[in-house]
Amino acid sequence: MLRILQFLYRVRAFLLFAFLEFLAIWMIVANNSPQGAAFFNSSNELVGSALKKQADVVQFFSLADANTALVDENARLKQELLGLQVKPDSMPLAIDSTLQANFELKGARVVANSLRFSQNYLTLYKGAKDGIKPGMGVFNSQGIVGRVKSVSENYSVAFSVLNTSLLISAKIKSSEVFGSVQWDGVNASEVQLLYVPRHVKASKGDTVITSGFNAVFPEGLLIGQISKVEVNKKDPNYLSITIKLSTDFSKLNYVYLIENTQFQEIDSLYRQSDLPNEY
Amino acid sequence: MNIRNLFSYSFVILILGLVQILFLKNLALFGHAFGFLYLLGLLILPNTLRTIPLMLLAFVLGFILDVFFETIGMHTAAATLFAFLKPFWLKTASPTGGFDEAEEPSLLQIGLGRYVSYAFPLLFVYSLAFFIADQWGTGGFLGVLSKSFFSAVFTLLLTILVQVLFFRRKRGIS
Repeated sequence: MLRILQFLYRVRAFLLFAFLEFLAIWMIVANNSPQGAAFFNSSNELVGSALKKQADVVQFFSLADANTALVDENARLKQELLGLQVKPDSMPLAIDSTLQANFELKGARVVANSLRFSQNYLTLYKGAKDGIKPGMGVFNSQGIVGRVKSVSENYSVAFSVLNTSLLISAKIKSSEVFGSVQWDGVNASEVQLLYVPRHVKASKGDTVITSGFNAVFPEGLLIGQISKVEVNKKDPNYLSITIKLSTDFSKLNYVYLIENTQFQEIDSLYRQSDLPNEY
Repeated sequence: MNIRNLFSYSFVILILGLVQILFLKNLALFGHAFGFLYLLGLLILPNTLRTIPLMLLAFVLGFILDVFFETIGMHTAAATLFAFLKPFWLKTASPTGGFDEAEEPSLLQIGLGRYVSYAFPLLFVYSLAFFIADQWGTGGFLGVLSKSFFSAVFTLLLTILVQVLFFRRKRGIS
């Protein structure tokens, strides 16, 4: 017995090493399971406020760009609004569920962002206090950005599209063929469109948008343009399509968060019928 | 290690940690080479600091970094491995008769050639562990290998630069 104890004492450094490594690997696994609760991340108040201080300084230098983008978008929205305004003499019509607006929008500032890892996240300066909930979609005027993962009082953390564990339901605009968009972890300006069968005619330059089949994004948000179409080498029944992202992830300052007000209903319907819900 | 040294080492580690978090967070040369400058704080700790406290220190440092970088567990795992290997490697790579116990293995104390042969393998192992954890299940091993190699080279250059610019010869640390 004594010798066992002596032996254990002699290898105590190694035992501690094994224990600490185990702890670290457990943290990696727990954090990366898409549905798992994350205990430690930058939606933590202390970390969030430090990152915000840093963003305050860095983003000062890109204010001009941010302003131009906002003005452009305002102009476009004003123009659309003019066309939508109801003429005073038109008859009021009740709208049914196909036309009803199910989405609520909020704006938020990006205080931290990464694009060099294979699991990238954004930290946003808006949290539960402002009505942000996990599962909300994130986009900006250029295209989609990601989906909210977890929320604290003032901050929230979102999966970036540049995160290999995020799948987004998408379709090719011209042919209405749908598939899933996923990043392969290699190039920060390109993503893959998966599960498009081989008989589909997809060509370079086609626009890819969100399909609206999932409960996170509405239909028609821009994702990007097809830059390469090949037959999938691993499974020749499918095409492997590369999309050039329309969003410039290296210059994210402000984003919009979108909430589907009927998310709960759709989600519980999916659960009821045992369908996996793809985000 | 006396109190005075303890303070100066803590100061160096704090500054390097801040630089890492505030400036090196999104920096990657050619999207490939990352700078893990904060490892310099662990590299220059003298061999009188034993494996166990070193490992605990590395674990905590890696964890703090992970919280800021949204890479939970990855820096922690790599830094713990780094700290576990450091004393062994320092013993193996030292000249016959070993380093002076109290001597700190910094560039100005042990010279460029010995510093590179001491620091580079450790930095490479760290980068390798980090990128394997990062790219688990995605990407090829070749990508991981080249990323690790260039990150180790870049980090090594950064550590040399910092030591040449900011460290004093006499006491090691200003």
